[in-house]
Amino acid sequence: MQERRLTLPFDEETARSLRVGQPALLTGIIYTARDAAHKRLIELVDAGEPLPIDLRNQTLYYVGPAPASPGHAVGSAGPTTSYRMDPYTPKLLALGLRGMIGKGLRSQPVIDAMKQYGAVYFGAVGGAAALIARSIESSRVIAYPDLGAEAIHEFVVRDFPVTVIIDTLGQNLYELGPKTYKRERT
Amino acid sequence: MREISTASITQTVREMFLELSYVGTRDLMAALHDAKHREESPLGQLVLDQLLTNYEIAATERVAICQDTGMSVVFAQIGQDVHMVGGDFEESIQQGVREAYTEGYLRKSIVRDPIFERVNTGDNTPCVIHTRIVPGTQITLTALAKGFGSENMSALKMLVPADGIEGVKRFVLDTVEAAGPNPCPPIIVGIGIGGSFEQSAVLAKECTALPLDQKNPDERYAALEDELLERINALGIGPSGTGGTMTALKVHIRQAATHIAGLPVAVNICCHAARHATRTI
Ligand code: SF4
Repeated sequence: MQERRLTLPFDEETARSLRVGQPALLTGIIYTARDAAHKRLIELVDAGEPLPIDLRNQTLYYVGPAPASPGHAVGSAGPTTSYRMDPYTPKLLALGLRGMIGKGLRSQPVIDAMKQYGAVYFGAVGGAAALIARSIESSRVIAYPDLGAEAIHEFVVRDFPVTVIIDTLGQNLYELGPKTYKRERT
Repeated sequence: MREISTASITQTVREMFLELSYVGTRDLMAALHDAKHREESPLGQLVLDQLLTNYEIAATERVAICQDTGMSVVFAQIGQDVHMVGGDFEESIQQGVREAYTEGYLRKSIVRDPIFERVNTGDNTPCVIHTRIVPGTQITLTALAKGFGSENMSALKMLVPADGIEGVKRFVLDTVEAAGPNPCPPIIVGIGIGGSFEQSAVLAKECTALPLDQKNPDERYAALEDELLERINALGIGPSGTGGTMTALKVHIRQAATHIAGLPVAVNICCHAARHATRTI
């Protein structure tokens, strides 16, 4: 399968052109956020206050990297399980969040919001954390430094390997893929 | 009687966590290579390729295999004729964990309290410690780093005797199917059957640190391991959960005597990054 090269940030039209199952290499800027950072972002949204980053057309990566050892921009940095972010995600999609990178299932409200606003859910390979770290060229904390590994980081990435798991039509590789290979009756 | 210094326990624990966080065990590497040859999905093969490259990078650059360097668990078998000198036994293990995670650039993932004070302890302690006293003059330590992507997909159920072997199979398959892509397949499935509520869970955890080429010594349970492995792989979840024929690398079962009224079953799911080491002092 040929990988599609994608430059970040990306717009709604590009998002709507991506299809489920498509491997892609991402180059540009991504922001990290996991449970604690999401909680803070949503508190700001609910209070009607501005966020520390403008999420329009941006991509969030659900990750809490390992500390960087000397000579490395980041430590190992694979995806964390995405469902824990589901309660917060529709509100961020409404603000223009365009892409999400994680691993694992998403809730129906998230998928519905992705269809409505034109956003894509990419999967990175869970546990391929040292490999993924190689595609991260630089990292800096841009919000919530007190959260440590959970702070919001800006990563500059080159050829970051992902696959389109859920596209803007709501087609889901976690349903379609296993259906093709399923032999067990349950 | 033999004297063992608690400093040597700290040293051993420290070395084990540093090694297991960077280097996949040989049986795991063999199982992943084998899975790559047997996987039918092209995307699944791509995922297994990425994983194999990942293990190579981690071992050669000595960086963490996965950013979730886990909750630390130590099983200690202490010979009853050992006399420990130099300090507190449990604290010597905590100190080993503390040193490994701090010096080794491993992520600290432990919070002090589960509900009221989710504040990071800063050094990945406390480590979970299970101790057994056995005959002899040695201490055998097994260290595990357990990622929570897969830990969160684990489950325990108190079946009743009438549920029997079919009930056990159904519970295991339902648990794995519901987990889907979340625990980073290909997974290793540890199953504890029998005992009491907590014993079944401990047995399941022990299973996740067994060699992948080892079978249950009881033929009937070995056959159940094989059948469950085949049926899990027939679920079609595949590497990374994007569809395929290699969902699990191994099913391990440990069984124990249980109550006339009970049939506890614990399923501890472990991701492919099954990080463990065993050493004897
Ligand atoms: S489940 Fe395992 S491989 Fe996946 S992110 Fe957690 S520790 Fe890493």
